[in-house]
Amino acid sequence: MVRIIGGIIGLGFAFVLLLAFIGTVRTPAPAATAAEEFHVQPRSAGLSSDGVFGKFDLRQVQRGFQVYKDVCSSCHSLHMVSFRDLKDLGYTDPEVKAIAKQWDDKAKQPTFDAKTGQAGERGNIPSDRLPMVYYAAQGSPPDLSLIAKARHGGGDYVYSLLTGYKEQPAELLKRFPDAKTPDGLYFNPHFANLNIAMPPPLTADGQVQYTDGTPATVDQMAKDVSAFLVWTAEPTLQKRHSAGFATLAFLLLFCFLAYGAYQSVWAGKKH
Amino acid sequence: MSFPWANHYEPKHPLMKWVDERLPLPRFVYNAVGGGYPVPRNLNYFWNFGVLAGAALAIQIVTGIVLAMHFHSDAGDAFNSVNGTIMRDVNAGWFLRYAHANGASAFLAVVYIHMFRGLYYGSYKAPREMVWLLGVVIFLLMMATAFMGYVLPWGQMSFWGAQVITGFFSAIPVVGEWIRVWLLGGYAPDDASLTRFFSLHYLLPFVIAGVIVLHIWALHIPGSSNPTGVDVKSEQDTVPFHPYYTAKDGFGLGVFLLLFALMVFFFPNALGDPDNYIPANPLTTPAEIKPEWYFWPFYAILRSFTADFILPAKLWGVLAMFSSILVLFFLPWLDTSPVRSANYRPAYRAFFWILVLDVLLLGYVGGQPVTPMNAMLGQFAAAWYFLHFLVILPIIALMEKPRPLPNSITEAVLSKHGGSRMSESALSGSATAAE
Repeated sequence: MVRIIGGIIGLGFAFVLLLAFIGTVRTPAPAATAAEEFHVQPRSAGLSSDGVFGKFDLRQVQRGFQVYKDVCSSCHSLHMVSFRDLKDLGYTDPEVKAIAKQWDDKAKQPTFDAKTGQAGERGNIPSDRLPMVYYAAQGSPPDLSLIAKARHGGGDYVYSLLTGYKEQPAELLKRFPDAKTPDGLYFNPHFANLNIAMPPPLTADGQVQYTDGTPATVDQMAKDVSAFLVWTAEPTLQKRHSAGFATLAFLLLFCFLAYGAYQSVWAGKKH
Repeated sequence: MSFPWANHYEPKHPLMKWVDERLPLPRFVYNAVGGGYPVPRNLNYFWNFGVLAGAALAIQIVTGIVLAMHFHSDAGDAFNSVNGTIMRDVNAGWFLRYAHANGASAFLAVVYIHMFRGLYYGSYKAPREMVWLLGVVIFLLMMATAFMGYVLPWGQMSFWGAQVITGFFSAIPVVGEWIRVWLLGGYAPDDASLTRFFSLHYLLPFVIAGVIVLHIWALHIPGSSNPTGVDVKSEQDTVPFHPYYTAKDGFGLGVFLLLFALMVFFFPNALGDPDNYIPANPLTTPAEIKPEWYFWPFYAILRSFTADFILPAKLWGVLAMFSSILVLFFLPWLDTSPVRSANYRPAYRAFFWILVLDVLLLGYVGGQPVTPMNAMLGQFAAAWYFLHFLVILPIIALMEKPRPLPNSITEAVLSKHGGSRMSESALSGSATAAE
């Protein structure tokens, strides 16, 4: 009885799926879109944090922080990063204090006096998170703390996006006349829908004054800020890699010993 | 377990004797996973996966309890408490979080292999039906737990996953929408949903642990099955669980932990979706909503039903998706072949491997965007899934001519080692003497 009912149910599902299959066959394939045809996968930024042996290049990450501070931070917040975290990049305590204090020119920490009900502000100190950025104009620049983990391609994506702005290809407009980039948006083949609201942020060599003598080309700045955003997305990456090698070594030894124990317990026992 | 030759627990130390007389817990453990449980001597590495599943549950409970100490189950702060506090400020929080997230994948991967082991070797057949039924209950509880856990970081995929999965219930006629709102505690996933999912996510693993106790209890009535599917006949067919299988499981556990560590330390986000690093936003739908990999086959079945036929397509999809798991409850009565192991069932064995490919194909389709090609593959594979269990299995059980079974486990073991039929009894005699 179970098998008869089961067989009927099975054939029933198969029949409904056959109808669905016929429906799928008879539905014309959807037309290709410009975003499908002209989207470009990110190209490698060659960051030193890539791969299982990845380590941060702290001088590069420091330069990237400078790019963030001088360029990105006017629109994008980084609210999961504390000033004190910058010590991981090689800044000393007094330097971190100074960075926090300088930040007062951009934004301060909000306060609320519960007694008087007055909202106010106070200066940044190293234990604070980077203050929020309130962007009043049109658009909503995303917080960048996790951006390298929140996009396919990670740091490579950030680098490709920053250096990927260009004129809309004539071929795209020829094939998709309706897909012209709207006014106020910018064509970028690395962006998911090809049209991004962010104007090209890195436009001229020397836009940021590097203190370590590295030539601040657009390509270099884009790479550096990508390295920095990989760090903000996961400051523990390097620790994770080194802990990983120690763990793997321990477990390899464990496996070796456990295999020996297995063989010796079963010695002479056919199985 | 009741083989007459099972070792008996004999406490040597006076203290253990004292405990045993008052609370025979050491005796219970000894008989369950110690020297007092005789197990077939011919189990292969696929029999490690039950213990590995237990280990994975233990990893999930330990990491989960510590994570819960730092997690805020608050829709406004959950994302920050995971990605800000736990990943950055909690000592080794990144390790706990990655171990827990990948631990869910490891647990389900191990359980899938465990289940396919059961399918191949006919472990669901009499007298082990109850073991199988309880196993399917555990699987259902795991799916619920994994889903609710995925909602907790409150990223985009968490939010929209909760939206889609609770949306299944709205396919139920008349009361569906009411049930959905009742489950979510609102019209869309929000604080009420997150908080109740957190509460249940903490509860269910302990329910799973309880059902595992029943699963092992039910297993110990007939004892473990084995790759030949032949019943244990004599003492030389078995070895005590400890030290034989504790040693083998120890090695298996080492290999499992090695692979697990590789994921946690070097590819912790490989199985996750980048969209879940974007905070939940009810106003922006992600380009593509998809669950974690372990739900892809079921997601593919759900999406394959695109035709309205008497019932709306969505209801068909939801019914089929739940049926694809419910059908497993009926498996012991669908496959009536008395032969357990696929090693002796040539036709079943071929269809078993076709089923494996079918489920892999469903998994592939479930993880891909919907294109006409993927939709057709999914519809074909979903139909095959149901036909396999509900039509093909009962028929081959009737038609198939199984290969001859070995007379005993020991005979199968010895013939594998090159012993001729003539010398088997002599060899097994000497093997027994050597023990």
